[in-house]
Amino acid sequence: MNNVKKCDDVSNQLIAYLDRRANSADRAEVEDHLASCASCRARAEEFRLMFGAMDQIETIEPSAAFDARIRERIAQEARPRWFSWLVPQPRLAFSMAMLLALSVWMAKLPRENANVTTAGIEQQDFDAIKDLDVLENYDVLSKFDALDEVTTDQVMPGQTTVQPVNQPAAQQPAAEE
Amino acid sequence: MGVRYNVEAMTRSDVQLMLDVKAGDEASFEILLQKYRSPLVNFLFRMVRDRATAEDLAQEVFLRVYKARAQYSPSAKFTTWLFRIATNLALNSVRDNRHRQMDVSIDAPVEEDEAPPLQLPSREMRIDEHMVERDRAEFIRQKISALPEKQRVAVLLHKYEEMDYADIAKVLECSESALKSLLFRAYETLRVQLAPLVSQPAEGGREGRS
Repeated sequence: MNNVKKCDDVSNQLIAYLDRRANSADRAEVEDHLASCASCRARAEEFRLMFGAMDQIETIEPSAAFDARIRERIAQEARPRWFSWLVPQPRLAFSMAMLLALSVWMAKLPRENANVTTAGIEQQDFDAIKDLDVLENYDVLSKFDALDEVTTDQVMPGQTTVQPVNQPAAQQPAAEE
Repeated sequence: MGVRYNVEAMTRSDVQLMLDVKAGDEASFEILLQKYRSPLVNFLFRMVRDRATAEDLAQEVFLRVYKARAQYSPSAKFTTWLFRIATNLALNSVRDNRHRQMDVSIDAPVEEDEAPPLQLPSREMRIDEHMVERDRAEFIRQKISALPEKQRVAVLLHKYEEMDYADIAKVLECSESALKSLLFRAYETLRVQLAPLVSQPAEGGREGRS
């Protein structure tokens, strides 16, 4: 029963004992020790006085500007929260717009190809018929016939078979006729 | 279930307020702000010993709390969380300031010859019966801030914020028994250093009579 704790053993409990936060078991231990130890009693008293002195530190009040400033900063911080609802939406809208533009472009692309192919066909057709009025022109055709005769005459004694095919060369003498 | 709700309703706990803030209730944050602005500014003022810096840091603490609202989960007590943020910010500020002061003293060695002899007597205050209350308070603040970082935080939270041992231990991320020995060592130091104040309580009587 009489195994009263030594000074070092109760020292860590002393503060909690003095600020009345020690549990009943710890409190009893400290009280037992203090009852038998004059130096710890003196120390405990000094602590008590010191705690009293430490209360002399005045408390300060935050300035009026403090509240105004923090509210402003919080409001600033809160604002993006509203935008955070919207912020993904411009992005979404943008990506949707891009997607739309892309799909329009994609949709347009085959149509352009189609235009190109029909244009190609038209070109071919045009190429086919562009000389038609020339070919249907009697004068020209008769000249061709005349040319044909000339060239066949020339080919007979001639050496090359290329010449009748070479129209421009053949045409010029024909035109001069 | 009913009992549990009653307890929660009775305390209208900070955790609940913070959860309300998380849910988008700005008014709940205002309640937390009003409740903790003064304790926080005072704690930070005692940590950094400069009013403007203390207010700046307190703003930062509240802003961080507000910014973290979306991720808030009530895993710890609100005050523990609040003061841990405050402690970290204050210690960083004190360290930065110390580095800055060291830089200044290195950069300006010439002025050192003149300035300290003029300032020292006022800085290192004489403890006598004529010491006015404000000086005594300043003396106490000085001795507290001369404590090692962890001890200083422990003393401020214990003495001035009257926080539970368990909560202080959580702020300092140490065990409760480690905190108790930390506090004992801190108060032992202060007991010796503040002894002149303790033996001479500020009565001001002698000044009045003489």
